[in-house]
Amino acid sequence: MAAFLINTLGLPDWLAWTVTAVIAAVLILHVIAGGALVFIWAERKIAARIQDRLGPTRTGGRFGWLQSLADGIKLLAKEDLMPEGADGLLFRIAPYVSFCASFCAFIALPFAFDFVGQRLNVGVFFVVAVLGLEVFGVILAGYASASKWSLFGAMREAAQVVSYEVPLGMCVVVPVMLAGSMDLVTIAEKQAGWFTSWYLFHDPFTFVVFWVYVTCAVASVNRAPFDLAEAESELVAGFHTEYSGLRWSFFFMAEYGSMFLVSALAAVLFLGGWNGPVPVARLLGLSEGTGDTAGYFVRLLGCGNLLLKATLGVLIMMWVRWTLPRLRIDQVMTTCLKYCTPIAAAMFAGAMLWQLALPGGLIRGLPSWVSRPAGEVREGWLEGPGGLPAGGGGARAASPSVVRVMP
Amino acid sequence: MMGDAAIAVMAAGAVGQGGMPFGSPLLAAVNWQAAFFMLFAALACACAVAVVLADNVVRMAFYLVLSLGATAGLFFLAGADFIGAMQLMIYVGGTLVLLVFGVMLTAQAPFVAIKPSSGDKVLAGMVGAALLAVLLQAAFRVEAWRRPAAAAAEPVAAAPSATPLGMALLGIRVDEPPAGAVGTRGGYLLPFEIVSVHLLVVLVGAAYLARAKRRRTPRAIDAAASMVSPQERVGVAGGVPAAGGRR
Repeated sequence: MAAFLINTLGLPDWLAWTVTAVIAAVLILHVIAGGALVFIWAERKIAARIQDRLGPTRTGGRFGWLQSLADGIKLLAKEDLMPEGADGLLFRIAPYVSFCASFCAFIALPFAFDFVGQRLNVGVFFVVAVLGLEVFGVILAGYASASKWSLFGAMREAAQVVSYEVPLGMCVVVPVMLAGSMDLVTIAEKQAGWFTSWYLFHDPFTFVVFWVYVTCAVASVNRAPFDLAEAESELVAGFHTEYSGLRWSFFFMAEYGSMFLVSALAAVLFLGGWNGPVPVARLLGLSEGTGDTAGYFVRLLGCGNLLLKATLGVLIMMWVRWTLPRLRIDQVMTTCLKYCTPIAAAMFAGAMLWQLALPGGLIRGLPSWVSRPAGEVREGWLEGPGGLPAGGGGARAASPSVVRVMP
Repeated sequence: MMGDAAIAVMAAGAVGQGGMPFGSPLLAAVNWQAAFFMLFAALACACAVAVVLADNVVRMAFYLVLSLGATAGLFFLAGADFIGAMQLMIYVGGTLVLLVFGVMLTAQAPFVAIKPSSGDKVLAGMVGAALLAVLLQAAFRVEAWRRPAAAAAEPVAAAPSATPLGMALLGIRVDEPPAGAVGTRGGYLLPFEIVSVHLLVVLVGAAYLARAKRRRTPRAIDAAASMVSPQERVGVAGGVPAAGGRR
């Protein structure tokens, strides 16, 4: 877009880049804030239906779809309270820390082929690292509230998130290994084609790893059945007991933002990213990479694909939340250390061996749109000027012989 | 904070160049890379000072995270996105664990203040000043960082840094093609392996130290003694409570 501003409108470089950055930031902000509004409404409706109730019905007509907006106005008008013994600075700043962490992770998330805030060479790593910072806001909130409920909640959250980062990282490594890149755009590009080329269906190990990832992702965004930090039956409301009004809503925006983020990450890593189950555009002879209007609409379609997949992920999390009972803290730790971590490690090794033993897929000779062997993505990763992959590891030239330099 | 980092990387491409049909020349003349560098550097330094001056564990940790995050921003600004993400992952995540332990181990009362003695302050000041002197001297010794050379140097385009790093850890230097040399020369395979094994040993050691201590099975006589009620025990032992017993 910056190139468009510079070339077509004749803006100076710095202005073009600034405008691009502002537009990207505002768009991401809207995805989070608008998403939170919709998801909170959806959560209330889904919870109600699962519990055989109606949920919000009045505000905004038929389905109560304006309920979140009404709630938002109510929250805005609420008094901003702070406990007397609280640490003022940390108490005030904690919601923003949480929200910023959730927001920043979106920067590296590709919504479609060219729709990414900042394409990073280490996109996956960046997202996982920044997502881990969200808990920092929770801990600050819990500590600064000067309330034992809050502190208990925060400490539980810290233990949980720090533990679950290990299996989560291991799950994330598997698609990275298959794609040969940590760039989220490249990983999604490798899964282009029919749904059979998604990494979910790459081999049995990735299929299992996906479900481990789902478990760890739910735990790492602190949702039920892992919502120990705000266990309302034991800790009043956990880390946000003392919060009200807009600050409280920032925590919720952060929570729904990260739910959406881990779902979108799952979509990019395992479910083909912005590629639909059927490559409609390719069958029609269109390409997403072209700069004309058709290419733009193909990308827009891809963006819709990704949003749909991520939204489905969020809805599944809600379904899980209202179905399963909350785990005890020791059960949470058992799930992480005794089940998720060993399973993820074993599946990682399995996927690696699968790559070595069956680089062409289980059945040889299948048409390329049914099964895309990961071996093909290896070719040319050392090509490009100076031996570096051109364009963030997406080089296409074939030279597998270079790899044999390795001792 | 981190958002600024990534946006700064984008904006860093906008190092002022000519040809502006509109927009003030003043804004275009600003070296945005330098401006963002100063922003992050000032944030890092100010927060580092705040870590020292704060007297509350959690506030210290908060400032420390800010300082380390600003350092990550500097890395992103320099185009080293792998190191930047690493900084976020390891240091900021590590501070988190530090904070948890700090709160658990030190906080007897809420918001406990840590007041170092003046001797500590002098000692810490001396160590810090010595380190600063060494670093400054080392930094000013590098020819390429001196003023005329640094000003003349072209800003380097950010190359993908993760792939060359990974290859170098496997023993292949793709950034510096070796002149006729094949193999691990120039790579970091051996240090990488040593560090991995070292970390594994540390992990096993930590697990060993932190394991649940197995309780020794009680001897039959102790088990019998513990089953007897205190009054009976007094009667049996003649007024002396049974010593030893369970572990």
